[in-house]
Amino acid sequence: MSKITYKDSKGNSKTIEVENGLTVMEGAIQNDIPGIDADCGGSMACATCHVYVEEKWLDKIPKAEEAEVDMIDMAYEPKKNSRLSCQLIVSDELEGLTVTTPAQQS
Amino acid sequence: MIKTDAIIIGAGPVGLFAVHQLGIKGLKAIVIDNLDKAGGQCIELYPDKPIYDIPAVPECTGEELTKNLMEQIKPFNTEFFYNERVDEVKQNKDNWIVKTNNNNEFTAPNIIIAGGVGSFEPRKLSVKNIEKYEGKSLFYSVKNKDEFKNKNISIFGGGDSALDWALELSKFSKITLIHRRSEFRGAPHTLSEIKKLEDEGKISIKTPCQLESITGEKKIESITIKFEDEKTEKIKTDIVLSFFGLIMKLGPIAEWGLNMNKKTIEVNSENFETNKKGIFAAGDICSYPGKLKLILSGFHEVALASVECFKRARPNEKYRFEFTTSSKSIQDRLGKK
Repeated sequence: MSKITYKDSKGNSKTIEVENGLTVMEGAIQNDIPGIDADCGGSMACATCHVYVEEKWLDKIPKAEEAEVDMIDMAYEPKKNSRLSCQLIVSDELEGLTVTTPAQQS
Repeated sequence: MIKTDAIIIGAGPVGLFAVHQLGIKGLKAIVIDNLDKAGGQCIELYPDKPIYDIPAVPECTGEELTKNLMEQIKPFNTEFFYNERVDEVKQNKDNWIVKTNNNNEFTAPNIIIAGGVGSFEPRKLSVKNIEKYEGKSLFYSVKNKDEFKNKNISIFGGGDSALDWALELSKFSKITLIHRRSEFRGAPHTLSEIKKLEDEGKISIKTPCQLESITGEKKIESITIKFEDEKTEKIKTDIVLSFFGLIMKLGPIAEWGLNMNKKTIEVNSENFETNKKGIFAAGDICSYPGKLKLILSGFHEVALASVECFKRARPNEKYRFEFTTSSKSIQDRLGKK
């Protein structure tokens, strides 16, 4: 279990204990966190689980593969710290990670 | 108005197999889909990605699966209505009337909603008041390229559609290609063509930047883009083309009076009927205790739903369960001697 904080675009935040091995997207879906749609179910095909990763975490989490970066092109208002939460696998190293969901996913 | 035994909404794998299950029971169906071809998510999201959990098919791509399903339902000569979205569902005694955004009307005792996560629609730009330009000087697809001659065109996106249209339209218009990062995603050949045209001054490339604002009363006159370093640039533009892929929208389905659970339709797991008699939901769009969003689950769901469809479409006939291997009437319907 690792603590992951999900913030929405208005600043509301919720911290959840997510089982290691699940993705940050799955942690959100299983705990009814709004703001993450994950329409394609985690097959990296839709960019609707898009989140902004807190800057200080950018270097600590595994880098996005090319396919993920390509998919982020399709996301709503992508930024430098954009990631797809279906590609972030929760582990002890991610304890305390904070992600912010965009104002909308589509 | 077109009369049939079942109206299938969605031409993804589950909708296609519904045609089969209805067809072998002697029922006619029509299929409506908002995309321009069959396959649904399999074609739109992962045509080249392998699928490993179709029973007895160790590995196949979304495209192959779709091709095989189309082959499997060929004997039923089913009519497909592509590029159409179902907007309205109305009841008429024991029948349902379905109306599309293309003003086609269908009636049948059964509707099978196999709509996945909803209909695919282009992802739209998110700048204020941008809707008013849509269809006039802002487009999310190119239908008739003659409309794009001798213009200043700003194209947004970094994938194949953006690159291909930049190449094509640069033959007779001034193109600015705008992308949020410096890398484009396209075939090496396309990328080198783009580079060549940039060197020749026929295409201007702006990266890494995004759309900041649009000006123009009725038509677009110029756009302002913002670079990563916060600098902005104004570009004279007659037409904006935006290619940020497709998203899935549930759309009007939510307004048909069906019991919904988040973005899914509640069904019973005996025949996958919704709270409305004669309306069924199958595949990713349906929910019931234990539901798994697998293609194979969708196949099972339409097999069971088709039995209830038969009872509603042929109230005076008795339903007989038959195997394709041994049933003479099924083999006739499949055109097998």
